[in-house]
Amino acid sequence: MADIFHGAAWLQYALGGLTIGAIYALVALGYNIIYNVTEIINFAQGEFVMLGGLFGVFYYQTCGLPLGAAVLCAVATVGLTGLLLERYVIRRARHATVLSMIIVTIAFSILLKGGAMLAWGKDPYRLPAFSRAGAFLWQGVAVQPQALWVLGISAVVVGVLTVFFRTSFYGKAMLACADNADAARLVGIPVRTMVLLSFGLSAAVGAVAGVAICPITLMEYDRGALLGLKGFGAAVLGGLGQFYGALVAGIVLGLAESLCAGYVSSGYKDAVALVLLMLALFFKPEGLFGSKEAAGLKRF
Amino acid sequence: MKGKHRWVVSVVGVVAALSWAVGIFCPAGAKAAKEPYKVGAVFAITGTASFLGEPEKKTAEMIAEEINAQGGINGHPLQLIIYDDESDATKSTLAVKKLIKTDQVPVIIGPTQSDASLAVAPIAEEAQVPLISCAASYKIVEPVSERRWIFKVAGSDKHVVGKMYDYMKAKGITKIGIMTASTGFGASGREELLRLAPEYGITVLADERYGPKDTDLTAQLTKMREAKVEAIVNWSVGPTQVLAVKGWRDLKMDNIPLFQSHGFGSRKNIELAGGAAEGVLLPLARVNVGPLLPDTQPQKKVILAYTQAYEKKYNEPVSSFGGHAWDALHLAVAALKAVGPDPAKIRDFLENTKGFVGQHGIFNFSPQDHNGLSKDDLEMVVVKNGDWALAPW
Repeated sequence: MADIFHGAAWLQYALGGLTIGAIYALVALGYNIIYNVTEIINFAQGEFVMLGGLFGVFYYQTCGLPLGAAVLCAVATVGLTGLLLERYVIRRARHATVLSMIIVTIAFSILLKGGAMLAWGKDPYRLPAFSRAGAFLWQGVAVQPQALWVLGISAVVVGVLTVFFRTSFYGKAMLACADNADAARLVGIPVRTMVLLSFGLSAAVGAVAGVAICPITLMEYDRGALLGLKGFGAAVLGGLGQFYGALVAGIVLGLAESLCAGYVSSGYKDAVALVLLMLALFFKPEGLFGSKEAAGLKRF
Repeated sequence: MKGKHRWVVSVVGVVAALSWAVGIFCPAGAKAAKEPYKVGAVFAITGTASFLGEPEKKTAEMIAEEINAQGGINGHPLQLIIYDDESDATKSTLAVKKLIKTDQVPVIIGPTQSDASLAVAPIAEEAQVPLISCAASYKIVEPVSERRWIFKVAGSDKHVVGKMYDYMKAKGITKIGIMTASTGFGASGREELLRLAPEYGITVLADERYGPKDTDLTAQLTKMREAKVEAIVNWSVGPTQVLAVKGWRDLKMDNIPLFQSHGFGSRKNIELAGGAAEGVLLPLARVNVGPLLPDTQPQKKVILAYTQAYEKKYNEPVSSFGGHAWDALHLAVAALKAVGPDPAKIRDFLENTKGFVGQHGIFNFSPQDHNGLSKDDLEMVVVKNGDWALAPW
């Protein structure tokens, strides 16, 4: 029995899939936060991930901060970028339809990508792993400590966000804005502040994903689009707005890709993610964990 | 009507008088007024292959400055027209069409990448404008009957694979696994790796492909280990080749030698791998290892001159790719110097060039060979103490 597990290739594939899946999940969470509050799908989410990684490198290498501080500063800076996006771009277009605002976010993502190219150039950058230890063998499977960091961070972020939205005063107020902005305003919820917060929060979550994977995958200015796409796939698959759905769907996507690369052909890996996404859209458009009724009430 | 005609005549008269006066009073000015010789260039300055295209652009600009500072080509200033194809073959074709139709250049250097070069080759062929590609795929110049106007200065993949397999044979390696990116570069390398393996008595036990933007290669590497290969060949450009090195090290597979394509030939890759690249083997052009070469090597002098000028001007190390631009532009300039800006004469000149000492080898073109290099123009290199070293045979 022990032999089935020991050094098995499938275990190695699964570990790789889990790690990359956790990142997809974090990106999907970012989509969900903004969607929950505004019904906007923020296509600049992938760029927040990219910026998170690059700012991490900036604070660590250029400013010489210790790694922990650099990570926090990067998350804060990108969170601030999210706030600026809301305050100076989205809010100015607040009378536009949701669809127009989604297009505005695409424009902003191109702006961020171009800005990052000018600021950092086109080379990839690397951060050291969060813990000093190198890769170790467990059951014959090589484990990178950074992969455990990624998994742990994703789990904590999902847990904290769920608690925040279900039980805290601000969280509930943010959800109320999505259900009915006018009604929320009538009961005294500052809708604008809540929308602002949602953008900051979502950008910060994206940045967390970016700094967490930077030691494993490196980061360069044009990495955001693909991560954003896969994350969007995970968000839709899990049901837009569902945090646990995003986590499960992200990991399912990651595992499917990795196992496909291992047992079928790595050439079809990206197709797997997109086929899963299309199947979900055909047969269960509200996503694996979304409610059909709730989806019917949404504008988008 | 008549009045207008008279006005035109008077303008022409004034212009003629002025230019005559300039000719009389400014003899130096007359020399500079020789029409410039144009050279068109298409490089991937931004996008996924920017790390290839950027040193090419910088090198070409540096050479153009040097040539113009020394009085140009036979007194004609060199005008370099560079377009960025953003690592996109479609944009490359547009750029080449623009160079041919709008800028009317007599010779084009670039594009940077294989897929772009394959896309633009028929265009240059039809317009009968010589094009000197900086990319590697042998299909760019073969079959020569369909590629009369196309040349390339990067060694063919078959030279790189040949050198690599020579080395494996010397080390007794017979079972290998290959992993290639699903790009033109990767696909071409894969084809040659599979095609040449039987000639050298090598069996390919695993054949994996991945996307150029992939973030994780541990699955592919695990598959290699499962297949019990004796060596791994990774063939890609960009961050994935660093991921391959990191994955190989993290999965504790460093007892299986890892070979990279010549695409790994930039010190930035060693830095990015952060120590994980120790022991990685690759065939490299001599331009990367100039100081390691014996003094008797005929290329050493041009390589060191280029390396010093480039490092002084841009404060960054040279790479293979800048060397391609050096070879391409210097070939174009040699042709312009010998035959002037006539596309057909430039083509004939290039085809008959022999013994041209460049950064990537000693070029011997012929009507059957529009590349002019062989596998002996490469050196087998190993990463040692964070730098290149000649690999012991």
